[in-house]
Amino acid sequence: MAAWHPGQVWQPPSTGQRWFDVAFRRLCLIFAALTIVLIVLLVIEIGIKAIPAFREYGLSFLWSTTWDSNKAKYGILPEIWGTLYTSLLALFFGSLFGIAAAVFLSEDYLGEAVFKLLKAVNLHFHPFWGTLPQRLEGLLKNLIELLAAVPSVVYGLWGLFVVIPLIRPLCNWLHTQFGWFPLFSTDLSGPGILPAVLVLSIMIVPTITAISRNALVAVPSKLRMAAYGLGATRWETILGVLLPTASRGIFGGIVLAFGRALGETMALAMLVGNANRLTVSLFSPANTLAALLANTFPEAGAHEIPVLMYAALVLLAITLLVNMFGALVLERAAAKAEAR
Amino acid sequence: MSDQQPGPARESESEAFLHRAEAEAEKDPFAGVDFSELELSLYRPRTLFSIILSWMVTGMTVLALIPLFAVLWMLIWRGGRNFSLALFTQLPPAPLEQGGGFGNAIVGTVIMVGIASLITVPLGILSGVYLAQAPGESRLASAVRFSAKVLTGFPSILAGVFAYGAVVLITGGYSATAGGVALSILMLPTIILTSENAIAMVPARMKEASIGLGATGAQTVWMVLLPTAMPGILTGIMLAVARAAGETAPLLFTALFSNYWITSGGHFNLMQPTASLAVLIYNFSGMPFKNQVELAWAAALVLVVLVLIVNLIGQSFSRQQVQQ
Repeated sequence: MAAWHPGQVWQPPSTGQRWFDVAFRRLCLIFAALTIVLIVLLVIEIGIKAIPAFREYGLSFLWSTTWDSNKAKYGILPEIWGTLYTSLLALFFGSLFGIAAAVFLSEDYLGEAVFKLLKAVNLHFHPFWGTLPQRLEGLLKNLIELLAAVPSVVYGLWGLFVVIPLIRPLCNWLHTQFGWFPLFSTDLSGPGILPAVLVLSIMIVPTITAISRNALVAVPSKLRMAAYGLGATRWETILGVLLPTASRGIFGGIVLAFGRALGETMALAMLVGNANRLTVSLFSPANTLAALLANTFPEAGAHEIPVLMYAALVLLAITLLVNMFGALVLERAAAKAEAR
Repeated sequence: MSDQQPGPARESESEAFLHRAEAEAEKDPFAGVDFSELELSLYRPRTLFSIILSWMVTGMTVLALIPLFAVLWMLIWRGGRNFSLALFTQLPPAPLEQGGGFGNAIVGTVIMVGIASLITVPLGILSGVYLAQAPGESRLASAVRFSAKVLTGFPSILAGVFAYGAVVLITGGYSATAGGVALSILMLPTIILTSENAIAMVPARMKEASIGLGATGAQTVWMVLLPTAMPGILTGIMLAVARAAGETAPLLFTALFSNYWITSGGHFNLMQPTASLAVLIYNFSGMPFKNQVELAWAAALVLVVLVLIVNLIGQSFSRQQVQQ
């Protein structure tokens, strides 16, 4: 080993530095592995706490409909149904608007319009005004991401005091006119499925928009150029080339948003009405698994805790499966995009 | 085979082809094309369809943004009208009592997010270092990455259920610590994934130069990778903090709520029920008293402003990262 003189810039690592290097590497590895341990712990912890309730109620817990803590009879079919019903409805509206916004953002509509405007007043090469289209595009993207930054309890508050009073007259009119239709078979007296679905769809739009926009931007521009070169209109290109090419990424985004919607708690706990009811009516109060936990857990008695843990385990299983599926789809989509 | 063919015949064949091609080229290449078909016109179904869909998408994007402005406007209008300094210094009022504030809830939120950050920042950054340094085919690294991605969508209420079982039941009571642990589960994946990204973006030549000078792996991480990736890592931390500050569900039955300062009883105590802005909004919004509802709106305004400020700070860091 070369001898080291004082004042020399380079030096071989000392024993202490080598020891620190090894220790640091091990520490990083352990910390990283802790993430996997955490997921396992989450499942075990909730699973163990649910065992007493599982022994007592078995699988029929999943399809019985009463929740009566006085008679110690518990079933969560209405909650499972409510969770899936609200999430799927919200997913429908959220995907519609989220993908539309993603197309709007990835097609540069705003930038194009502003550029045309600037060109009309001959400012499109101006050092300040010329960059305006780009900056406005960035601002719009950030605004949609801000939708995700608003805490869900604030959406709940807004839904409670703004959305419900706003839609109530329309809902009650629908009920009196078309009450025979199952979706409108009750009136909206306060919290209910529709306001919960509306707020939930607003909350998942940013997730879908962000992931779909990434997928659309990742489509190679040669595909777009080829479509235009063949004489396709803008929307023939979008519907025939861009959306199909980006479909895996968009689908992954929708699955992840579904996971969000299934686990979303506060907005639903405040808006869905907390009623143990199995219904398809949009205006009826109902309940979801997450809202059940939020509303019942704080005041639960000792015998009710294991039952709630069982419900939590069901929610955990559903959301973990959906999220894993979504993450896998996105991983595959990214691998495919890289191969292109 | 073609070699056996007589030369002149081949020549004349190719000459004939060339003549044909020249004759083609002299003709108008667009003779059969109706150019009016390619116009962007409202009278043509193809382009009309395109124009209508463009306007529809524009309208839907505007519609999707309306709730954001509606929420912000309501917050400023209903939360701002009874805004005063007393909100930050006083304790929540009892039912039917007038006035009051939520100073203890602000302190509680800051403390619990602080506890969660203390747990997750070292864990998250070092996991990120591991992921960014691991070779591409590492099984453990892809498993960790996958777990982190799955955890980003983990329902916040289940983090609360977990912390209830793991901390509240064991320590024997609701506490700020339990709340902090619950929040840390939600912060961890964001910090891991953003740190990994930021470190992976550091140019390979910097890392190679450091190793070439004889630095150990740990020295390279501490003196080259982390300082260079710091803006990106800070962005991730800010995003995670902003998310945790707004979370309600994990605190409902871990930190519970309290009408008093965290220092009450003479000394600072992390093992007692603690107030937070988010839980205050939830509790007060369901009360039949006007004063409490007004306080919930004011608290929502404070919470959103807090979250937005933290978000904006994070974005300003990410701009620094881009400039490098």
